Amino acid sequence: MEFSSSICPPEILCQILVGLSRTTILFIVASGLTLILGVLRIPNIAHGSLYMIGAFIAFSVSKWFGGGATGFWMAVALAPFAVALISLVVERGIFAHLYEREHLMLLLLTFSLALILGDLVKMVWGGEYRTVQLPGSFKGPVPLASLPIPIYNLFLVVIGPVVALGLWLLANKTKIGKISRAAAVDREMVGAVGVNVSWVFAIVFVIGCFLAGMGGALVSPIVNITLGMDHTLIIEAFLIVIIGGLGNVWGALLGALIFGLTQSLGILIWPQFGIVFPYAAVVTVLIFRPTGLLKSTW
Amino acid sequence: MNKNVHGKEFWPVLILFILLLILPLFLTRFYIYLLALIFVSGLAAMSLNLVLGYGGIYQFHHAVFYGVGAYGAALTITKLGYSPWIGFLVGPLLAAFLSLVMGAICVRLSKLYFGMLQISLGSLVWAIVYRWYSFTGGDDGIHGVSMPALIGSTKGSYYFALLVTGACLMTMYFIVKSPFGSTLQGIRDNPVRSEAVGVNVRLHQLAALVIAGFFAGVAGVLFVVVDNSAFPDMLFWTLSLEILIMCLLGGWLTFLGPMLGAAIMVALRTFASTFTEYWTLIQGIILMLVIIFLPEGVLGYVNAKFRQFGDVTSGGKA
Repeated sequence: MEFSSSICPPEILCQILVGLSRTTILFIVASGLTLILGVLRIPNIAHGSLYMIGAFIAFSVSKWFGGGATGFWMAVALAPFAVALISLVVERGIFAHLYEREHLMLLLLTFSLALILGDLVKMVWGGEYRTVQLPGSFKGPVPLASLPIPIYNLFLVVIGPVVALGLWLLANKTKIGKISRAAAVDREMVGAVGVNVSWVFAIVFVIGCFLAGMGGALVSPIVNITLGMDHTLIIEAFLIVIIGGLGNVWGALLGALIFGLTQSLGILIWPQFGIVFPYAAVVTVLIFRPTGLLKSTW
Repeated sequence: MNKNVHGKEFWPVLILFILLLILPLFLTRFYIYLLALIFVSGLAAMSLNLVLGYGGIYQFHHAVFYGVGAYGAALTITKLGYSPWIGFLVGPLLAAFLSLVMGAICVRLSKLYFGMLQISLGSLVWAIVYRWYSFTGGDDGIHGVSMPALIGSTKGSYYFALLVTGACLMTMYFIVKSPFGSTLQGIRDNPVRSEAVGVNVRLHQLAALVIAGFFAGVAGVLFVVVDNSAFPDMLFWTLSLEILIMCLLGGWLTFLGPMLGAAIMVALRTFASTFTEYWTLIQGIILMLVIIFLPEGVLGYVNAKFRQFGDVTSGGKA
């Protein structure tokens, strides 16, 4: 329970970098979740399961291509699409018929899906720990100040803003983005002007789940891929979405930053209770701004 | 809606209670333990239903109070060295106090926002329990909590759980039927109108949350009595949703529904896991089917059928 006594700058820099790369993963997953929440109004607990499936598929694809650089890039490229395909089946098969139900029912419905997907993963991949090999060029330590963490973290830090920009362009500059933003505000009206709202919902849902799969694929080389990795992540993603403001992608980025940084720096301040800090930060935010930092689309 | 089942429920429940009193004479230890576990989960689910079904409050992280009740008792006994009977009091009171604090923070929010803030506060409590190795035992939890001789045996703990659960159910029944309970249901059905006629909505909801937290704490204590242990998974959010499922499965618009839901879930889990390791898959499929086809739960469905039947025989809507 003692505070770590000597904190030297490289250590802090290192933790900030780790925190920022964690932020990227959290942001990518949470932005998909917030998209689905904002437009479809479904609190999708199965989002975490799709993230887990993304990581497992990334493992299988990477193995299929014999590991190394090819394996890694193919995994990152293919896993999100595989997850998107699964989500399309789920959306058309189950959710599309149940949008009218109240939130609590939808929450439990997605939870039931999470239970089913969790066990299906257990059937297909089993309970062992897996990991995806990083390409050689990503393995070396970060060049500045020769920090003891791989370059891959730096790569993740760059990917985060790129995804955020892509989502912004998708939402503001494309037709589907504009329609989906309109559907988030008033779905009856959008339907009345002749748009097939059901398919708009399907597309938004699939894009959201694509992001979950992408998060899973990107995280696969730096964590142990295992059953249960969905449980902690989904709760973190939900909290990020809430403190950011429901449906707000920039809010998800802000929330992910808060969560990622308090987590990594908290470990530095008080190693044993590192995981307590982000939750405390979320509680603090919610006490002062109960509906989130940025404007919610609800 | 509840008025017409008032009284009709009394005799079946009394018969069931007597049956449960004599049942252990014919059962093996395993089945006695299983029944006791059903009481514990059922009490937790019913305490949740007090705020969820009767109050319309989205209490998403109810397991926190269940877990804190269990830890409160277990730690008082093992770490502080007090008598178990004091521990049994500390658990529920601690849970009720936590419920007061969390409720005071959350109660100004409604529906989904309430639920999410509650989950984050609950996760904070979970993280502390999970990490505080020196006091709570961290992820190992606490095992082998010693019990007084009277309730130390399987049968002893069974009867203790049965009697305490029975007493709690009766208390909850009177709370639901009291003016307070009616006000709470009024708030659930129309918070704006309740406010307009001079009801202090937030205060009533907070009181309901504290009561529910207390009874969840009692359930946690009973778990320690039955299982002699407490572990951090008791505070994890997945358990909260499992308790929610019990309410949904049995029927959250009925008083005894959550108990029935707990009985179905605990029994199914025990028997399903003897022949398959994919119990969660079965659980997920059952939950999905219930949501799609039986949104009012098993008991809600049965009640609705009975009401239909009654309407036909009495020649119209009562």
